[in-house]
Amino acid sequence: MFDSQVINMLLEGIRDTLYMTIFSTVIAYIFGLPLGICLKVTSKDGLKPNKIIYGILDVFCNIVRSIPFLILLILLIPFTRFVVGKSYGSTATIVPLVVCAAPYIARMVESSLNEVDPGVIEAAKSMGASNLDIVFHVMLVEARTSLIVGATITTGNILGYSAMSGTVGGGGLGDIAVRYGYYRWQTDIMIITVILLIILFQIIQNVGMKIAGNLDRRK
Amino acid sequence: MSEIVVKDLCKTFNQNTDTVDALKNINLTIETGDIYGIIGMSGAGKSTLVRCFNFLEKPTSGEVWIGNKNLSALSEKELRAERSEIAMIFQSFNLLMQKNVIDNVCFPLRLQKISKADARKRAKELLEIVGLSEKEKAYPAQLSGGQRQRVAIARALANKPRILLCDEATSALDPQTTASILELLRDINKKLGITIVVITHQMSVVSEICNKVAIIEKGEVVENGLVEDVFNHPKSSAARELILRGDNEKTGGIVETINAERKIRIVFTENSSYEPVIANMVLKFQTAVNILRADTRNVGGVAKGEMILGLPEDTTLQENIISYLRERGLEIEEVTGDV
Ligand SMILES: Nc1ncnc2c1ncn2[C@@H]1O[C@H](COP(=O)(O)OP(=O)(O)OP(=O)(O)O)[C@@H](O)[C@H]1O
Ligand SMILES: [Mg+2]
Repeated sequence: MFDSQVINMLLEGIRDTLYMTIFSTVIAYIFGLPLGICLKVTSKDGLKPNKIIYGILDVFCNIVRSIPFLILLILLIPFTRFVVGKSYGSTATIVPLVVCAAPYIARMVESSLNEVDPGVIEAAKSMGASNLDIVFHVMLVEARTSLIVGATITTGNILGYSAMSGTVGGGGLGDIAVRYGYYRWQTDIMIITVILLIILFQIIQNVGMKIAGNLDRRK
Repeated sequence: MSEIVVKDLCKTFNQNTDTVDALKNINLTIETGDIYGIIGMSGAGKSTLVRCFNFLEKPTSGEVWIGNKNLSALSEKELRAERSEIAMIFQSFNLLMQKNVIDNVCFPLRLQKISKADARKRAKELLEIVGLSEKEKAYPAQLSGGQRQRVAIARALANKPRILLCDEATSALDPQTTASILELLRDINKKLGITIVVITHQMSVVSEICNKVAIIEKGEVVENGLVEDVFNHPKSSAARELILRGDNEKTGGIVETINAERKIRIVFTENSSYEPVIANMVLKFQTAVNILRADTRNVGGVAKGEMILGLPEDTTLQENIISYLRERGLEIEEVTGDV
């Protein structure tokens, strides 16, 4: 149906999409996870309540999250250029994806940690656990199922956003869909890329949920 | 030696505009080896008080001494070290749900930087003590309430604490399981010499295992002392209420329904139980008394009989009956209508 050139292009698209999604997710977690932990720890009922720090992080997350992704993408062009040296292509797309996802991840992490039974935290305190012990050996362990579910949803979202960034030359499957489907009216290629995106999404979703379920000892 | 000394302890909670005086000027001394009961109605401040014993809750004023250490004078780090000597168990067990039984027991040991191998060895011994050796690989979700509390007890004992605080540790359990957990606590107290503080709202728990008791009502200690004394001669209305309503299910409010007549509560001590006192009394005065309630229970290992009698209307007869019973060496309490 397609010649080898198109197939190669699609394979490259898959590779670029996975590259953007995986790297963005990992880097976004490097920022988002500690941010989420800070939100939880400094919140009113946290281990070390601090109105000022919580207030600043809270507002920061809300502001970034309220900017539509496409606008963020454009706003960040000078910053992206500064970080990776150019403002188009897969690597460049990782920058806005991370900026967009990190505050979202922080919120996910905060809400996962909120689910940890305060009684268990109290028990750990009564054993003389330090706040660091509690974060690393109680909260993150007890919340791991919820954290993995959150990570799965986040990865799916980043996959979707990475496709959206195709509209401004971001590379990957989204880029192909826009170039062929929108500009050249080659609907068949567009449909194939959409199907590929759906398959990738399904794989991420199923693997993530499976891991989360297998790790849950509460049942 | 005094294990826990509480001096003029106050705790006030500020919630927005509301202030709640949860604890008002509490003074208590708990001796080494005691099983000390703290009993009171819901909201009396029991949990707040016990949380002050390990400074999970910092008092608004007053002092808490554990052994010869004043907790307020300790740094955060010293306090954490001290906490490892004051173990605590809870109504809702509070086990780590994502860790199996043996890892739960190892948890406090690992916090103290004890090697994994040593921690496991100790955990196995502890599971032996609480009778759960064959469940070491199970997860808390797969255990019954009583088994979960046993794991919590093993975990609490891991760091060889001097004190064990129990906040409603048996409130979520059925009577039979409660009895077995209390049995275990008594064993731990005897064999390991650990001082135990038992928070409860059930008089039966106190009479089952405690040697001393403090009754708290609306944030104040209204009565404290040896369980026997408080049980035989309750001075405060809170104590009477707890003793009489002790087993709500059993009395079912009979005492209130017949409150027109004069009622007395008799406590039989060991020696008095042999003579059929009540029967003799009825024969002597040729008058019927209403037995509103009769019960025996175990108070600090001694069998005690308890009976509530409704007396005939004639007041001289009432006085005669009371003095007759007093002469026979029975402890008598007037029971007022409002209990
Ligand atoms: N963190 C808190 N903030 C505000 N008020 C509190 C807090 N903790 C406890 N209180 C109040 O202090 C009082 C005593 O509470 P506490 O939990 O000590 O009672 P309790 O005797 O343990 O009751 P229960 O038998 O129901 O557990 C209650 O009026 C409660 O509302
Ligand atoms: Mg309580």
